Amino acid sequence: MKTFCVIVMVMLLPQLVFALEVPQLRGRVNDYANMLSPGASQRLEQALADFERSDSTQIVVLTINSLEGESLEGYSIKVAEAWRIGQTKLDNGAIILIAKQERKIRIEVGRGLEGVLTDLVSGRIIRGDISPYFKKNDYDAGISAGVSSVMQVVRGEYKAQPRDLKHGKKSAEPVYAMLVFLLVAVVFLGSFSKFLGGAAGAAGLSLIGFLTFPGLGVLILALLGAAGFGLGLLVTFLFGGGGRGSGGGFGGPFIGGGFGGGSSGGGGFDVFSGGGGSFGGGGASGDW
Amino acid sequence: MRKNIMVLLGLILVLSITGCGYNSMQASEEAVFAAWGDVEASYQRRSDLIPNLVEVVKGYAKHEAETLKAVTEARAKVGSMQLSKDMLKSPEAMAKFQEAQGQLSGSLSRLMVVVERYPDLKANQNFMDLQNQLEGTENRINVARVRYNKAVQDFNTSIRTFPNSLTNSLLLHLGRKEPFKADEGAKTAPKVKF
Repeated sequence: MKTFCVIVMVMLLPQLVFALEVPQLRGRVNDYANMLSPGASQRLEQALADFERSDSTQIVVLTINSLEGESLEGYSIKVAEAWRIGQTKLDNGAIILIAKQERKIRIEVGRGLEGVLTDLVSGRIIRGDISPYFKKNDYDAGISAGVSSVMQVVRGEYKAQPRDLKHGKKSAEPVYAMLVFLLVAVVFLGSFSKFLGGAAGAAGLSLIGFLTFPGLGVLILALLGAAGFGLGLLVTFLFGGGGRGSGGGFGGPFIGGGFGGGSSGGGGFDVFSGGGGSFGGGGASGDW
Repeated sequence: MRKNIMVLLGLILVLSITGCGYNSMQASEEAVFAAWGDVEASYQRRSDLIPNLVEVVKGYAKHEAETLKAVTEARAKVGSMQLSKDMLKSPEAMAKFQEAQGQLSGSLSRLMVVVERYPDLKANQNFMDLQNQLEGTENRINVARVRYNKAVQDFNTSIRTFPNSLTNSLLLHLGRKEPFKADEGAKTAPKVKF
């Protein structure tokens, strides 16, 4: 048992050594440098969650211990690209990044907010609202002031839509195209042999599942494959046997049902994640 | 049976169009143009900032006419350059563009060094705002260039690999695009400090 533990630790070691990867997005407040008191952290988390609910704009705080030699701007854009804060297409996200040892602050602004939260305004927020408190070692007040200034500036720029599913909308179209394509392929192959139709269904459905939700586990993919095999056989059974006239609009209902089952597996609920916003390097940096 | 053959032909057609890269190459070329648009926009943004910057500095640093003139001239030269999408194919045109922008970067960085001697100017609210904007713009340029190079790399790879290369030489005739090279401009990008 001991040796096992040692082996596991050794295997984990390289990941610890090559530090300064983008940390995991834990919530709206990611206080990796432990600069905030628990109370303040909770208040901010709540305020930012409320803000997203009303405005759909996502604002995230990240504190890190040290940049470890990396440039502030380079690291910041790396985080922005990994977390994708802000809603897709609106790009209304902002990240407040604080590097404790280097005493540096950056506000990284998503493209959709660059119009109001300009470099100039971000710079003033850093200089006027955050740094003065930081100089007095009052991190709670500094970060809270920064967050509330950012919220004040961007408030009203966007309005939250009645909650649409984060992924559903965008991935729907290619999925349907692929499913229709698969159906044609299954009918075609099924006209040679029922088994071929089933196999095509199995391979196709798991492939579509993988392409649509790249994060799916092997088990789910295998289940999809099994379901695909069954559906493939069914389709072959219904429309197969020498390619008789297959009327229009047939496969709709049950294919739709199958897809619905797959998609519900992909959507975790109420875990905070970036909505897919993009960043172009806007924002400002400062120090204290 | 006839029907089966028709379906088979249809499948082959669809597969051969999606499989030969006809669509994907054009998509990645468009991605290059889009990325280039960002590069241009952020360079333009820098050019737009310069008159204000020069104006503010002028008020405080009267003895630095030389440096200011260099900035203004470099900006004029950048502004006079004609840009087009075709330019991305030509190494010479890209080199010229990069050189002109590099010169502007160089003269800006000299200006920022000069400014260090004027504490009043550095404390000026207008100047601090402009510095923020300039700094943000330089950062945008950086990000846009990196993304453009990435798009170019994807595109160039896509037109050179089989079977796309075949489709390209037969049908599309898309040319290789030029990435940015790390140049003096990149090395001497203005260091804007507080």
